[in-house]
Amino acid sequence: MESSEWLGYSRSDGRKGIRNVVLVAYLVECAHHVSTKIARVFDDRDVQVIGFGGCYPNTHADKVMGQLCTHPNVGAVLLVSLGCESFDRFGLAERIQESGRSVSTVVIQEIGGTRKAIEKGQSWVQGALSDLKSTLRTKMSMKDLIVGTICGGSDATSGISANPAVGRVFDYLVALGATAIFEETGEMIGFEDHLAERAKTPALAAELSDCIGKAANYYATMGHASFAPGNADGGLTTMEEKSLGAYSKSGKSKISGLLKPGDVPKHNGLYLLDVVPDGEPRFGFPNINDNAEISELMACGSHIILFTTGRGSVVGSPIAPVMKICANPETYHRMAEDMDVNAGKIITGASSIDEVAAEILHKMVDTAAGRPTASELLGHQEFVLLYKSFEPALCDEASREGDA
Amino acid sequence: MENSKLFIQLDESDNVLLATQSLAAGTLLHIAGQEIKLEKDLGLGFKIASCNIMRGEKIIKCGVSIGSATSNISIGELIHLHNLQSDYVPTYTIQNQRQYGK
Repeated sequence: MESSEWLGYSRSDGRKGIRNVVLVAYLVECAHHVSTKIARVFDDRDVQVIGFGGCYPNTHADKVMGQLCTHPNVGAVLLVSLGCESFDRFGLAERIQESGRSVSTVVIQEIGGTRKAIEKGQSWVQGALSDLKSTLRTKMSMKDLIVGTICGGSDATSGISANPAVGRVFDYLVALGATAIFEETGEMIGFEDHLAERAKTPALAAELSDCIGKAANYYATMGHASFAPGNADGGLTTMEEKSLGAYSKSGKSKISGLLKPGDVPKHNGLYLLDVVPDGEPRFGFPNINDNAEISELMACGSHIILFTTGRGSVVGSPIAPVMKICANPETYHRMAEDMDVNAGKIITGASSIDEVAAEILHKMVDTAAGRPTASELLGHQEFVLLYKSFEPALCDEASREGDA
Repeated sequence: MENSKLFIQLDESDNVLLATQSLAAGTLLHIAGQEIKLEKDLGLGFKIASCNIMRGEKIIKCGVSIGSATSNISIGELIHLHNLQSDYVPTYTIQNQRQYGK
């Protein structure tokens, strides 16, 4: 594994990607349909749709959109604007151009409506796709990779099989010089002391602990935690019990820093992504579903997402391949086509945690080298981006490049 | 530990056992020298008490507290939302959503 190498895509800003996607990005919900129609005529693995639905400005959404449009897995971007929304389409286009990616903007009101916007957009995407065929390839290794992890549709098996196996993978990645990001601070409620003990510096320990306190307060204000009815149907009871399983995805390595959505780690190591807004709770539930968290992991540069599930999640993403690691052997047999790894083998006794961790690593390298994941083959490309507000992280290891 | 194939204890300080497969009601369990008949079907990963637990006592899984017992729980009894609550935030389910007004 140490010596694993594969061919990625070289970007002129120096980053390296494992996919070469043309993004169609709507800048308000009013331009969503046109964007979907533009993308629909192409192979859904080459052309993907993302966007922000809000009409009014939000710094967080600007930062996340900027990072996603210049993500290493993205080769070119078509912006789709209605024309009267607040989103700074000029600033975003400039930023994409500065990153060396080709970009164009279709303004529906200026071009003369839906049909003309779709035609113009499709013709631009057609050209971008043929230009991307000649993207320079470059050798990549573990040191170039940023890997994010999330659990969704958790049940009582998640914390016994898939999550500890991903924890083992994370330890291995950190040891090999890769960058690993875990998140959902609301699912660390009850583990604030354990987290703080793993911080590299005392200042970071205090920041991590405060960040879990903030999450507990935020969720208490919302009236309930990050806990869905299916979690209880699957044998989980309380937030603490769900946290116990979720936390084990992070492994045992020391934590190098805290990220806010859109902060790309400057150095390798293990990072916690804080997904709960700063300030008084005012933007509703912090993460309305798993894809909202995946969007933020991608905005921190994640090339690939390790997604553990017990009940059986099927979602994917438009930019970073999502690998499904199924914790529950009964779910795996019911939904095998949606899964990449059967970690339920740990529960049936057929494999050890280390053996499943090794399998995840192998499949992760194959995925990085271009082999599609189950959710990619099935065409999944769910995407969500919401209003939020954040203060910059205090402990500096993250870059501030998203802050324009 | 008894019934080692049907249940797993994740840490020696735990007062719960986890089912390693789905078990039908009526299955005979052998726990701490006692023979106990499973009252209801038990899903994979669900918890039963490995000892008698008093109301207010912490439920310990994998060596950490996952909440407090809201009633006395007998050895072998299912531990779920009817007899366990969080020490941090309430748990939302479709059944209790009216209670939380959501």
